[in-house]
Amino acid sequence: METKPRAPSKLQVRNLNFYYGKFQALKNINLDIAEKRVTAFIGPSGCGKSTLLRVLNRMFELYPEQRAEGEVQIDGENILKSKEDVALVRAKIGMIFQKPTPFPMSIYDNIAFGVKLFERLSRAQMDERVEWALRKAALWNEVKDKLQQSGTSLSGGQQQRLCIGRGIAVRPEVILFDEPCSALDPISTSKIEELIEELKADFTVAIVTHNMQQAARVSDYTAYMYLGEMIEFGETDQIFIKPARKETEDYITGRFG
Amino acid sequence: MSAIGLNRQTVDRLPMHRRRKVVNVIALALSLAAMAFGLFWLLWILLETVHLGLGGIALSTFVNSTPAPNADGGGLANAIVGSAVMVLLATGIGTPIGILAGIYLAEYGRTTLLGNVTRFINDILLSAPSIVIGLFVYAIIVARAKTFSGFAGVVALALIVVPVVVRTTENMLQLIPNSLREAAFALGAPKWIVIRSVTLRAAVAGVVTGVLLALARIAGETAPLLFTALSNQFFSLDLSSPMANLPVTIFKFAMSPFSNWQQLAWAGVFITTLGVLALNILARVLFRKKD
Repeated sequence: METKPRAPSKLQVRNLNFYYGKFQALKNINLDIAEKRVTAFIGPSGCGKSTLLRVLNRMFELYPEQRAEGEVQIDGENILKSKEDVALVRAKIGMIFQKPTPFPMSIYDNIAFGVKLFERLSRAQMDERVEWALRKAALWNEVKDKLQQSGTSLSGGQQQRLCIGRGIAVRPEVILFDEPCSALDPISTSKIEELIEELKADFTVAIVTHNMQQAARVSDYTAYMYLGEMIEFGETDQIFIKPARKETEDYITGRFG
Repeated sequence: MSAIGLNRQTVDRLPMHRRRKVVNVIALALSLAAMAFGLFWLLWILLETVHLGLGGIALSTFVNSTPAPNADGGGLANAIVGSAVMVLLATGIGTPIGILAGIYLAEYGRTTLLGNVTRFINDILLSAPSIVIGLFVYAIIVARAKTFSGFAGVVALALIVVPVVVRTTENMLQLIPNSLREAAFALGAPKWIVIRSVTLRAAVAGVVTGVLLALARIAGETAPLLFTALSNQFFSLDLSSPMANLPVTIFKFAMSPFSNWQQLAWAGVFITTLGVLALNILARVLFRKKD
């Protein structure tokens, strides 16, 4: 089983085990996530792909009964062990969720919220940052005249792009997408997919998806997971055209899952 | 995909359907009757209040203080101002305590022992008869200071405000989906910023509604003031001495044999009802805006 992609790796997952209370949700996961590439996680519901993503930015720590063992390294630093503050880890490794979660404030303030946490910008600099982030999120043209409107007034697809812009605005190095299109219509979905393609020029991207066509379209590397185990990991083309494992093939061809 | 054999015969759905329609009509009729019953008394109270109270409302009601027994003229100025001062101070003291405790329960102490114990005690306090609170404050403040005082009244009313605000704040924060909190945490925000800028902000309409409802409730409370602020026939803003207030004045004047006092009691009822009604409507409007 090949676990090392050819592009330089940004995140290294080593011997990762994860528990919800007594239930073991991840079993000895080893994986490298390539820098400035898109890595997709596929597998049936409950296979642990979202769980894995939530370990990568220590989101699981919000819930005291959840526990991770092993290592997740970024730039040679084990984020699970390091003394580094969890807030700094999360600022470096952003996350976009399944459902759009605009904050109850204006579009402008939604974007500025995360920036203000770690940077002291002048009004003009902040304006520039907001425009930059909204342009990156392919939302600028739709909202440039109503930046003071509430973020919740946007459509679902726009809200999700607002959330992506909000995540980009803090200039993370890695962005984790947890089924970002599962609550969106096909047009919004294709916009987000295009966006993910563009994002990999600047960011390392990991995406969890139930949609295998989506994984095939947007990702460079794909990992197939089942029952908490990493069954197969490799280049997306190879996984979808000539998977090495029978289980992967069964899942991809729809015979299972 | 159903079995095709079952589909050959048409199903006679009408008997069940007719029965359901009849039950529906009966249930609807009972519901309407119950609503009419409640509305009937409510409207009667309102009409009677307007009918008897409006006659006593004049400019002098808001300018003059309560008259001597069996005297003409006078108004309710001292009682209105006294009530306003005590109710606002009590809300001002009780609201921050209630909101902070509510935040603790919803954001920090959901499953902790301290949280559960606090929640339990708060529920008891919430359902405690207000006369008990009045007597409690009488024992700890009035009896020791050896005088009734506006301050004691404020404390008693604040003790009624706190549990109401705690409960509504906690409930409103619990309604905020965890995904919103996670989204804020995912940007690297510390917990207090997540609470201040995201969760509390998302719940603000509900929290404000809770405060307004608490305010409306203490505006009409008589029992706790009877033992604490008592009453004062003169205009006074001194919190260390007895303070006039609408509920106790209404109680005293309505039970009196003097027609002028009785008239003023009705005017007081009218003013209190109108004030509470206005607050309830304000609360509704605020809550609707959020939806």
